Amino acid sequence: MNAADHDAAPAQEHATGRTVALSARGLSKDFRGFRAVRNVDLDVVEGEVHALVGPNGAGKTTLFNLLTGYLKPTEGTITVHGKDITGREPEQIAHEGVARSFQITSLFDNLTPREHVELGLQGMAGGGLRFWRSDKRLLQYRERADELIAEVGLSALADRPAGELAYGQKRALEMALVISLDPKVLLLDEPTAGMGREDVNRTIELVRQIAVGRTVVFVDHNMHVVGSLAHHVTVLMAGEVLAQGTYDTVRTDSRVISAYLGEESRA
Amino acid sequence: MRSTTDTPEAVQAGQTRPGLRGRSPARWALLAVGLVVALALPWVIYPPVAMDIAAWALFAVALDLLLGYAGLLSFGHAAFWGSSAYVTGLVAIELGLPFPVAALLGAVAAMALALPIGLLSVRRSGIYFAMVTLAFAQMLFFVVNQWRDVTGGENGLQGVPRNFFGIEAVETEPFYFYYAALPLILAGMWFAWRVVHSPFGRVLVATRDNPARARALGYNVERYRVTVFVLSAGLAGLAGGLFALSHGFVSLQEVSWQTSGKVVLITVLGGIGTLWGAIIGAGLIVTLEDQLASSGFDGIGIITGSVFVIVVLLFRSGVWGTVTNLVARRRGQKVPSEDIGAADSEQGL
Ligand SMILES: Nc1ncnc2c1ncn2[C@@H]1O[C@H](COP(=O)(O)OP(=O)(O)OP(=O)(O)O)[C@@H](O)[C@H]1O
Ligand SMILES: [Mg+2]
Repeated sequence: MNAADHDAAPAQEHATGRTVALSARGLSKDFRGFRAVRNVDLDVVEGEVHALVGPNGAGKTTLFNLLTGYLKPTEGTITVHGKDITGREPEQIAHEGVARSFQITSLFDNLTPREHVELGLQGMAGGGLRFWRSDKRLLQYRERADELIAEVGLSALADRPAGELAYGQKRALEMALVISLDPKVLLLDEPTAGMGREDVNRTIELVRQIAVGRTVVFVDHNMHVVGSLAHHVTVLMAGEVLAQGTYDTVRTDSRVISAYLGEESRA
Repeated sequence: MRSTTDTPEAVQAGQTRPGLRGRSPARWALLAVGLVVALALPWVIYPPVAMDIAAWALFAVALDLLLGYAGLLSFGHAAFWGSSAYVTGLVAIELGLPFPVAALLGAVAAMALALPIGLLSVRRSGIYFAMVTLAFAQMLFFVVNQWRDVTGGENGLQGVPRNFFGIEAVETEPFYFYYAALPLILAGMWFAWRVVHSPFGRVLVATRDNPARARALGYNVERYRVTVFVLSAGLAGLAGGLFALSHGFVSLQEVSWQTSGKVVLITVLGGIGTLWGAIIGAGLIVTLEDQLASSGFDGIGIITGSVFVIVVLLFRSGVWGTVTNLVARRRGQKVPSEDIGAADSEQGL
């Protein structure tokens, strides 16, 4: 929890000599005695796409919640581009350039896709507290909002309340919303969950596009997605890091095969 | 308004979505009808009752700002209506200032009171928020009751003057006082409309629908909630001050939990998240109470309570919500099936 002893460690520089965008040291989270995340060390290299995999209940979402301030760690520290953000609130972490999507679709049912994206753009630009101004001010974001909505293929539904959208459309809106924050680091929790093959491929393409110049961490159970996107893979198992490395090293790691990939291939 | 850029779909969507924009000729017609009714009211009914309706309508609009748009159910809004009533009364009695100044000072006092209460209560939501606000209101009731030298205790404040630059008609006749006070009521309502249709209002709806997600977009949800709480208290205070001036006295009733409950009843009955619903609800309840009182019936609570139960059971979106849904349905538009608002939407991730 102490920033000082962390700063002493050269966490900034990865073993490869490249800058670390997001880093965790000794991260643990207890839920009433149950340790869901256990002493996790994580270094996400700037500009890379990093996959977080592991069986159900491995602690992936809990780790995301720790990294984005939705949960406070029991132990450990988190830094973004060298800045200690341990214990910060989610909105503060968002302003540090870290954006996340949610495993369970999490939208504003009464707002339209266009209004969602405008809200995201305004969230980063500021000015949301101006209760004395007309909401016509949000029109300044309209053009950019429409671009993002087109990018995820929702133009025809831009004015429909999100509560009325189909599942796949909601997932697409999740993506547009995360991109609207123009983050340096993106955390995507199962962006392809429940999608058909076509939508999965479309999402892979989209992530590839937005990953340019950004750092991406994503959780996915679909090994096709992991294989096509990830430079680097971290395998989590019962809250612990089981293996880390490139997709090919991890895939051939015997512990991973027995613990996780084996289970996948049987499924 | 924004007719050049609004697509037809946007306008339609707005009409069926409480809490969001919807600007069409029908809206302007509605506004015109509302203004005509407001201007005609003291000709049709006893002027002091007309003033009661106007004050309660603004009070309910203030509550709707919080309940309908931020999803926060305050069960202690009498604290702001009542504290302003006392401050307004004292300013009018002790300083002899013109009544609009007295009422505005009362509203400022209510906002000053709302700031600490808001800071302490917005960390809770749903039923806990309602209970914390009720607890603070009860504390205020206790203080007002004990502080006899200033508040008059159980006797209340008697003889609150309606000073208005020596214009005797306004100062003595309820009919003229109504027209002198109406601009303040309408300004308060306009302000609520402005807040709802501002960038802030958009964020408010987002924090109501999904606070956790709003945080991920960089919004400090608590700050938004405290702000709307204070704004709502200011409007409730303006309404309470004008109510006190209209009656010429302030009683403990104004800080009681019954008053907090009544404004919730009015707002929910009228339909939350529309502002109009609050106004309609005030018209219905205040008129009903007046009719029952003047017929010598002494079980008013039973009647208004029953009406409330029936409306809430049969028309979940309130009187106004039901009317607008029916109109939308006749036009063949899709109507949201789900009610919005009071539910606690602090959900998991
Ligand atoms: N708020 C909480 N309180 C108690 N236990 C929790 C809480 N959140 C998660 N857990 C537990 O922590 C463990 C890890 O959960 P988590 O959601 O992080 O898994 P996951 O890796 O995201 O799984 P999945 O692949 O199913 O999404 C699970 O056993 C879960 O039951
Ligand atoms: Mg998960």
